[in-house]
Amino acid sequence: MAFARLLIRRLLFLLVVIWAASTITFFVPRLSPRNPVRERFAALARSGGFSPTDLEKIIAAYNTKFGFDKPLWRQYTDYVGSLARLDLGLSANQYPKTVIQLIQESLPWTITLLLTTTILSFIIGNLLGAVAAWPRAPNWLRSIATPFMLLQGVPPIILAVLLLFFLGFKLKLAPLGGAYSIGVIPHFSATFVWDLFKHQILPALSLIFGSVGGWVLSMRGMGVTIQGEDYVIFAEHKGLHGFTIFRDYFLRNALLPQVTGLALALGSVITSGILVEGVFGLPGLGSVLGAAIQSNDFLVIYGIVLFITVSVATMMVIVELLYPLLDPRIRV
Amino acid sequence: MTTVLQVNNLQVTYYTDSGRARALDGVNLTLNSGEKLGLVGESGSGKSTMALAMMRMIKLPGRIEGGQVIVDGNDLMALSEEEMLNARLSEITYIPQGAMNSLNPVMRIGAQMVDAIKAHDSKSSKSAIEERCMEALESVDLGRNVFRMFAHELSGGMKQRVCIAIGILLKPSVIIADEPTSALDVVTQRQVMETIDRVQKDIGCAVILIGHDMGLMCQFVDKVAVMYAGRLAEVSTVRQMFSDPKHPYAQALISSLPSLENKGVFHGIPGLAPSLLRLPSGCTFHPRCPHVMEVCKTTVPALRTVPGGAQVACHLYPEKA
Repeated sequence: MAFARLLIRRLLFLLVVIWAASTITFFVPRLSPRNPVRERFAALARSGGFSPTDLEKIIAAYNTKFGFDKPLWRQYTDYVGSLARLDLGLSANQYPKTVIQLIQESLPWTITLLLTTTILSFIIGNLLGAVAAWPRAPNWLRSIATPFMLLQGVPPIILAVLLLFFLGFKLKLAPLGGAYSIGVIPHFSATFVWDLFKHQILPALSLIFGSVGGWVLSMRGMGVTIQGEDYVIFAEHKGLHGFTIFRDYFLRNALLPQVTGLALALGSVITSGILVEGVFGLPGLGSVLGAAIQSNDFLVIYGIVLFITVSVATMMVIVELLYPLLDPRIRV
Repeated sequence: MTTVLQVNNLQVTYYTDSGRARALDGVNLTLNSGEKLGLVGESGSGKSTMALAMMRMIKLPGRIEGGQVIVDGNDLMALSEEEMLNARLSEITYIPQGAMNSLNPVMRIGAQMVDAIKAHDSKSSKSAIEERCMEALESVDLGRNVFRMFAHELSGGMKQRVCIAIGILLKPSVIIADEPTSALDVVTQRQVMETIDRVQKDIGCAVILIGHDMGLMCQFVDKVAVMYAGRLAEVSTVRQMFSDPKHPYAQALISSLPSLENKGVFHGIPGLAPSLLRLPSGCTFHPRCPHVMEVCKTTVPALRTVPGGAQVACHLYPEKA
C-alpha cells in the first residue's frame, strides 16, 4: 500500500515537472522576433520563384494555419491543449512533416548510439574507478584509469574531430561520417548491419572516451571512502578472499550514488549527443534539434525538449523506485 | 589447562615520513585455554597494533618485523597468505571496535555469516551452513529472524552481538575483542560482556579483551596486561593488579582510578606518553617514573616473574631466585 502511494505521488510529480518544463520552453523561443514561416519562405524566395507581394500573403496564410497570428496567451492554451491530446503539431521548416514523425525518424539513431555508449562508459568507468581506489589491485591495473581521467578534460567534440582525423582520415580504419555508406538502400541484411556498425564506431568511441573519465573520478572518490569502512576491514578479519570483499562489500556500496548519476546521464543522452551527431552527420535527434534551433522552428524545439524532459523525469522516477532494491536502508 | 596462544618477541614498526615508529617492541605473552586477558594502556600504547599484528592485518606503512604468534602449536607468522586467510576466523578471531559500522549495510546479516563460513568450508550444504549461523545467533541471544534482517534494523548492542556471533562461527581458539563495548550504554555493555563470557565458556577459547574501562575489565577478565609504549609493563591476575600493582606505571594507573574514599581528588599520571618516534632509552617509562634509578636510563628491563606470581618489567624487582 505504501508502495502504491509512493508511485502515485511520483507520477503526479512527473506531471508537474512536464507542465513546468513545457511552459518554460514555450515562452523562451518566443522572446526572439524570428518567425519560422517567414524564415522558410525567405529562404525559398532567395533561391527564386516568388514575388514579394505573393510572399506576404502566403506567409500570412501559413501563420494562420500554424496559429501564429493569435495572441500569445491563446497560443499557449492551444499548445497545452494539444499536448494533452499528445499532438505535438507540425514542423514549420520541414512542412508537412509532424513533430512526432521527425522524432520517430531520428530517435532510433540516437537511442542505439547513446544508450549503448552511456551504459558502456558507465560499466568501464566504474570498474576502472573502483579498481583505482582498491589498494590491493595490481598497480598496472590501477594505472589504466589515469589516461581516462585526463581525457575527461577534453570535450567529446574535440575527441570526435581528433578520432575522425587520425582513425578515419589518416588510417582509414572507419568511415568518415553518415549513418551508412552513400548509395546503399537501407535493408535488412548482414552486410548492411555491418555497414551501420562501422559508421557508429567513431561516434561511439568519442562519446565513450569523453565520458568514462567522469565515472572513474566519482567512483574512485567514493571507493577511497568505502575501502576504509569498518565493514570492509571486518570482512578482511573474517578471512574472505579479496575478490569477494571487492565485489560484495566494496563495489556494491560504492556503486549506490553512481546509479543516481546513471539515471541523470541516461536522461540527458539526447543533448549530450547533439554535437557529436553533428560532427559525424548522423541523422539523430540531436541533429534535428540543432537544425530546429537554427531556424527557430519552435514546435520542433518544443517537441524535442518536451521529449527530453519526459525521459529525464521518467528515468528519475524509475531509479527512485528501483533504488530501494539496491539499498535496503531506504525500503518503505 | 593447555597453552593456546603464545606470543614471542612480536615487533611491529611503522615507517612514517618523520621516522620509524616502534609500535610494538618485543611483546611476549602466553594464554591458556579458557583464560580471559584484559589488555589495557593509554592511547597509542600499542594495544590495537598488537591485535592487528596477531591477525597479520598490519597494513603499510606498518610492518611486522619479527616474532611468533603461536596458536594451537602453529606459528601464524610462518603461514602463507592463503593459509593465513583460512586461519582468520577459524583459529583466531577479531571482534571489531566500531561494531556500529562493521556490518555491510546492503547485505542481509545471514549472507554476511554464510560468506564467512563458505570462505573456510566449501563442502557443507547450504542448509547445514544456515543452521550453523542460526545456532550462532541463538548463542548470543538473538532470534533466528535476525538472519534475514539488515544492519540498520538492529540496535547497537544487537549489531555488536552479531559481530560476536560471526566471530565464533568457526569455534576459534583465540578471540580478540577490541573495545567491544566502547560505543554502547552501560546496560548494553553488560549484556555484551556477558555474551562474550558465555560464548567463551561454550567453546572454551581464550579471550583477549582490549579496553580502557578498568571497572568493566576487572569484572570479566582473569588476568590484566598493562601496555606502555609498545611493551608490556606488567601482567598479573586481576586481584594482584588492583590490590598490589608492581610496576610504577601500573601503580599510577590503578591509583588514578576514582574511588569513593578520595572523592574529588583526581590523580593523573604526571608527564605525557612518549612519542613512538623518539622513545626514551632504557625503560621507556623512566622520565615519568617516581622511582627512577640510573640503570633505568640505560637498560631495558625484561618481563620476568616476581615473588607473588606477577610478571613485571621493572628494575625495582629482583629476579626470582
